Amino acid sequence: MPTAESVYRQEFPVKGGDFAKAGAVACRIKELLKDLGLDTAIVRRAAIAAYEAEMNVIMYAREGRMDLAVSAQEVHITVDDQGPGIADVELAMTEGFSTATPEMRELGFGAGMGLPNIKRNSDVFYIDSRTGHGTRLKIIIRTNGHGTT
Amino acid sequence: MTLTDLATRLELKVFTAGIPLDRPVLGGYASDLLSDVIGHARKDDLWVTMQVHPNIVAVAVLKELAGIVLVNGREPAPETFAQAEREKVPVLGTRLGTFELVGRLYAMGVKGG
Repeated sequence: MPTAESVYRQEFPVKGGDFAKAGAVACRIKELLKDLGLDTAIVRRAAIAAYEAEMNVIMYAREGRMDLAVSAQEVHITVDDQGPGIADVELAMTEGFSTATPEMRELGFGAGMGLPNIKRNSDVFYIDSRTGHGTRLKIIIRTNGHGTT
Repeated sequence: MTLTDLATRLELKVFTAGIPLDRPVLGGYASDLLSDVIGHARKDDLWVTMQVHPNIVAVAVLKELAGIVLVNGREPAPETFAQAEREKVPVLGTRLGTFELVGRLYAMGVKGG
């Protein structure tokens, strides 16, 4: 995580179950990164990763926090939640796998593409999850990066 | 092709009357799964969906989509409408179903990726 050399840092709370505000943090992050003058492709990748991470907190956790840190080289998004945790991370990373409820699916969530979408748009992506406690995601996007992991 | 051209030729209903429709449409994507749109739609695509809740606006903003068309005569929920006006995302509608609308769009040159 960039610390002293960070040019910008901001924290955003995310409330579990608050579907009405879903996507609000990702939109804020997108605006901030645009204002910081980052390349539009980088901004879009960060915004998509942030959106999927935010949706996961809203759908599954009681509450969470997203931490944005931007240095000259990298955008870091760290997401911590107090939720059920992910029992099988490898399975959760499989495209099409979802534990969304029928109600969520009716709204168009639960495509089983959230975590794969985050991975595809990150240069570095870690998940650390403990069942019954919560999940931490770490997303790093290099500001000169082009690729996916 | 702009949203105005499409709206006129396909007789689309414009829900967000205050938002200009001069934006170019470079392609299209049809899906009701939000993460599918996040993963596969491209910037400046027109998004065809039956979802009407406010989250569609966030998806359109994040993906920089040209606009949203609601099918089967569906209307945006009040919060969706308010958010679309705030974020300047054009929301249109049609009585046609997805299959029929996409077919007509394709025939007019709006293609997928």
